[in-house]
Parts: sequence; C-alpha cells; structure tokens
Amino acid sequence: MNTDDLVTMLARGPGAESTNNPEYRFFAAIGWGALGATLLMAMLLGVRHDLADAVSRTMFWVKLGYVVSLAAAVLFALSRLSRPGARVAGAALGVAAPILLIWSIAAIELAAAEPAQVSTLVFGKTWASCPVLIATLAVPSFVAMTWATKGFAPTRLRLAGGAVGLAAGAIAAAVYSLHCAEMSAPFLGLWYLAGLLIPGALGVLAGPLLLRW
Amino acid sequence: MQRIASQEGMRAAEERLRGLLLLGLSGDQRAYRAFLEVLSAHLRAFFRRRLTHLPDEVEDLVQESLLAIHNQRHTYESDQPLTAWVHAIAKYKLVDLIRRRASVERLTEPLDEHDVFSSADAEASEARRDIGKLLEQLPDRQRLPIVCVKLRGLSVLETARMTGMSVSAVKVGVHRGLKALAAKIRKDE
Repeated sequence: MNTDDLVTMLARGPGAESTNNPEYRFFAAIGWGALGATLLMAMLLGVRHDLADAVSRTMFWVKLGYVVSLAAAVLFALSRLSRPGARVAGAALGVAAPILLIWSIAAIELAAAEPAQVSTLVFGKTWASCPVLIATLAVPSFVAMTWATKGFAPTRLRLAGGAVGLAAGAIAAAVYSLHCAEMSAPFLGLWYLAGLLIPGALGVLAGPLLLRW
Repeated sequence: MQRIASQEGMRAAEERLRGLLLLGLSGDQRAYRAFLEVLSAHLRAFFRRRLTHLPDEVEDLVQESLLAIHNQRHTYESDQPLTAWVHAIAKYKLVDLIRRRASVERLTEPLDEHDVFSSADAEASEARRDIGKLLEQLPDRQRLPIVCVKLRGLSVLETARMTGMSVSAVKVGVHRGLKALAAKIRKDE
C-alpha cells in the first residue's frame, strides 16, 4: 500500500470526527485505584481507632489536604504528559507546591520544638513501615493509571511513567492517611513523600516498557 | 524538495494545516484528506533530512506516523499549536525507529528544532513494508469493517448488513483495527 492509498483509507468513511475523549479513563483509574487501596488497607491494616477523634484536629485535615492536593497536581501533570507536545512546566510547579508547603510547616514545627522532641517529630513511631505500606497500597492505582495513560499518546515515556507512579502513590497515601496516626509535618514531608517516590521510581524505570505505542 | 525558509512560511503552514484538521475533526472528509496529504509531505521532508543514512526507512516512517497521528487525533487540543503536537509525535516515532535500529550514528540535523512544517516533499518513494499485507493478518471483526468502510467506501450501515455485524461493532472494528495495525507495524520490525 503506498502512502497515497493510506491517506485515502484513513480519510474515508465516518470516523475522523467520532473520537471519544478518553479523559474519563483517568477518573475511572482514580476510582478503581482508591477502591483497590481501600480494600487492601481493610485486609492488611484497618482504619485508625481514633478516626472519630482525629477528624476534629487541624493536622488531620492538613495531612489529607497535603496528599489530596499532591494527587491532584500529579494527575494534572500526567494528563499533560499524555498529550504530545503539551506544556508541562506549569504542572511541575503544581506538584512542587504542596511539598514546599509541608516542608515550610515542618521547618516551623522543628524550630519550635524542644531538642528532645525532634526525633519523635521526624521519625514518629512508624517511619520504617510507612513508605513500604504506601507503595503496597499503590499497586492497584499503578495498574489502573498505566491503563488510563495508554488511552493517550505519551511521548516522554520515562517522565510519564514517573507521573503514573507518583499519582498511584499519592492516591494510596490519601487512603493510607485514614489508617496512619502520625500527625507531624516533618513525618509527612519525609516518609509520605518516600512512599510516593517508590512507585514513582518504578514508573520511571518501567515507563518505556509499559507505555510504548 | 522545497524548503520554506521563513518563519512566515511555517506559520502559514501551521495555520492552514490546523484549519484543515479542525474541519476534518468536525466531520469534513475532504478537509481531513487534504490535511493528511499536506502533512505527509511535511513528514517526508522532516524524516528525509534526518535519516540521510537510512533513506529506505523514510516512507515506512511516514506511513507509521500518519497512522499514529490518525489514531491519536483525540489527543490534539484545539488551542494548542499543531506544530508542537505533530513534532512531538514525529520525533517520538523517529527516536523509536532509531532505537530499534540500534543506530549509533549521529543524526545529521538536530532533532529538537520545531521545524516540521519548514519544508515539504511530495515525492513519495516506495514503502518497504506493505500495510495492506498487515491488514490481511487482522481478525475478521476488525479486517472486514476496515476493508468495507475504509477501502471500498461503503457506509457503516451497508457494511453492517453485509457482514452481519451490528453498526456499533463495525465502528469499534474500524477503530480497534487501525490501532491493531499500528501495533503490528511495531512488531513487524
């Protein structure tokens, strides 16, 4: 088939206009990913016992706001990276913003703390398990986000893969925050972020393999 | 080969192609055809400049990119420069090819210049890979809709009646079949 025939074939018939927008895939992936993470959490961990108490504390909402805004920013960046030639610089700033904000709060907390408290603020009780658990809860979201991204045409596969991983991690972190009782900003700025970076790094590694088209 | 040196030339090509694509996406078949035709000349010149060491690959890459652009047309946002969108896809397909060829030779022209519309080349050479043959390997539920609707020019309704498929199955068959064809091109290498 020569190129002229191919052009004729592609242009003929209805269809050029009938393109459904696969944007819905991202929303479906958020839903399935969050559901998967919730089920995993219910089986492995359970919800924190003092959840009813915790919702009356400001820090609970700061924590939820931090992970949810991270998820929203990363998802926006992913939707940019899924379209060829779309600008991503602004979206990258959006991802940095909640991180810088929680680090600022962390700096204030640490500056105000007694020297003896510093290690508790930074490490809490669960620093060793938190990143691993977030990465585990991120597995369903990772699969769902990969599927969603494949409905588009990412051209920078490592970046897009990294965004898939970070998005999965952020959704998982939002769910995990209902289990985890840690409430200090330094903890969130370090260990929650580490939990996002594990699937993020996997995404960077696997992106070219998973997202090729 | 004609190279439009000026910025205005590229801007004019951007405007014209963008107009044709938007018309095409709103259902104008002739505009869409014209878009693909002009686009293939630009792609050919773009690839020829960069694949001086692999001239036989140019036409195959033009066809692969045309199919990719058609399959991914929903990812174009109408407020976005068309040049950036086309360039990103053409560059992606070119880099993909060079990786498959494991070619370590330097490209003769830089890849990051957004000059995909700076020149056009209407002279097609022979494609080495035959998309028609790959089409024959698709399963019936995808092959028949493409042959009837896209090659013979039958309507979706006529195709449905002839093949005994439902109207939506015919539409889905065309859509998925073209995607499967693009996947076959990659595996064919």
